[in-house]
Amino acid sequence: MSTATSSRPLTAPSPHAPAAGGARRRSRTRTRLELALLLAPGLVLFAGFVLVPIFVAVYYSLYSWNGFGPLTDFVGLDNYVDAFSGDVFRGSIGHNLIIAALSIIVQLPLSIGLALLLNRKLRGRTFLRMVVFAPYVLSEAVTAVIWLLMLQPGGFVDEVLRGAGLGWLVQQWLADQRIVLYTLFVVITWKYIGFGVILLLAGLQGIPVELREAAALDGATSWQATRHVVLPLLGPTIRVWIFLSVIGSLQLFDLVWIMTLGGPANASSTMATYLIDHGFKRYEFGFGSAVAVILFLICFLFALLYQRYALRRDTEGAVG
Amino acid sequence: MRRNVVGYLTAFAVVGVTVVPLLFVLLGGFRTTAQINSSPAGLPGPWVWDNYRDVLSSPVFWRLLGNSAFIAVIATTLAVVLGSMAAFALSRYVFRGREAFYTLFTLGLLFPLGVATLPLYLWLRQLGLLENPLGVAIPEAAFSLPITIVILRPFMHAIPRELEDAALLDGAAKLGFFWRILLPLSRPALATVSVLAFVSSWNFFLLPLLVFNDSTHFTLPLGVAMFQSEHTQDTAKVLAFTALSMIPALTFFVLAERRMVGGLTGSVKG
Repeated sequence: MSTATSSRPLTAPSPHAPAAGGARRRSRTRTRLELALLLAPGLVLFAGFVLVPIFVAVYYSLYSWNGFGPLTDFVGLDNYVDAFSGDVFRGSIGHNLIIAALSIIVQLPLSIGLALLLNRKLRGRTFLRMVVFAPYVLSEAVTAVIWLLMLQPGGFVDEVLRGAGLGWLVQQWLADQRIVLYTLFVVITWKYIGFGVILLLAGLQGIPVELREAAALDGATSWQATRHVVLPLLGPTIRVWIFLSVIGSLQLFDLVWIMTLGGPANASSTMATYLIDHGFKRYEFGFGSAVAVILFLICFLFALLYQRYALRRDTEGAVG
Repeated sequence: MRRNVVGYLTAFAVVGVTVVPLLFVLLGGFRTTAQINSSPAGLPGPWVWDNYRDVLSSPVFWRLLGNSAFIAVIATTLAVVLGSMAAFALSRYVFRGREAFYTLFTLGLLFPLGVATLPLYLWLRQLGLLENPLGVAIPEAAFSLPITIVILRPFMHAIPRELEDAALLDGAAKLGFFWRILLPLSRPALATVSVLAFVSSWNFFLLPLLVFNDSTHFTLPLGVAMFQSEHTQDTAKVLAFTALSMIPALTFFVLAERRMVGGLTGSVKG
């Protein structure tokens, strides 16, 4: 102890610097170790199961491959060309786009209306919110089975329509090629409307009541206040909803698969059901990988463009 | 006043449209298939308990429930443990590349599990994880990481600097601060991300569909779809089965509603 302290000034002209430097270096090494310990497991998991599959898919997509044996049959971009030149796949993309467009045209106004309604001081408001949100919690599989049974020919829906004197409306809901996609859209709306409502309600709660009152004082009608004060302030929430809704529409699978398998005659096929049908069920894994990459690129492209042009002002520095 | 009348009428209609399908399933389970066929929109008369009793006394339902719970617990635990560690590093340390790491994780938000499933299947096959619950749980955890980190990071960041300084002055190591102070304080956010991870795992369909061939491994969503396609002639039993499989999710929702809603809306605000 005493020797150490007494000897130090001899060896080192400036006694504090090296010791402090050593401690700082030690603590910096320690910090690095801690960071590695904290970050590495998450990064490994994320890279190993989110990033790697994408790259693996790009690689497989360049081969004609039935999933067994080595990859020998290099076909370049043929799988991509094949996918885009097939009517069924092009039709599937169209179906996804129709669902996405319908969501924005139908679900968005409906969600906004319901959110405005539920934001009022109604009795039983909490209960109402829970009820509206409940279908969102159910799995798509359960939702699909429920509606599959209700839409059986001569089943619950038909019976209720006939009972209400609307028998002329009854259709082959899931068997008519012209109707099946819209039937599915109604089911999708039933399941997901609550999500939009809850999202928008949260947005509405962020808008001070005073703004509305001020508009009313200035002589604005209730509709004008909603249109010119509330809706613009809901903008960020609406833009996020549109983003989630389009991404969801682009990868629609569970509901369609269970209710129609993409049929009849591919009238309700989506990119994802096409992917599973052609890639997985028919053991065309090279081709399926190409479709997966296309699906991924479409989502990714949309996400980037949307972030760039629509969301940028809302979420600065968040994504992209 | 008239506005509110319209409001109540609309609310009533909404509740009807939402609840009637659920009642159709629950009540249908108390009818016989013959009753349902003769009057699809009728009420049970007489009430029949056999469907529910059959489903509850067969091992199939309980096995599906167990499989789903097992996978969801593993996926949630993995996502929350690894996610909170990463969020701690990304919120309370200053180092070069921090924002790059964060952006990398947030990219995962743009890349949903559904899109990745076929490539993931091929990858899992290579890793020998097919027909293995971990083959479903691990990827689910990986895909839950982004939202977990996106929710936890700002929460952990907002915890006052002074608390950390005080802990460090008292001789605690930085990791000790994480474990003893930051994590307990982050409990609300941890609950939210746990609920989100659990529910998404519980409901996920496509990955288990590809990974499991053997129906003893099936999860509840797969089981519901399978049961429906195997018993197309026995509508009443399918309804009972479906009704029972809704109960865990709905119960969970009633218990964790605030966390779930808070999480969804919180994640939007970033």
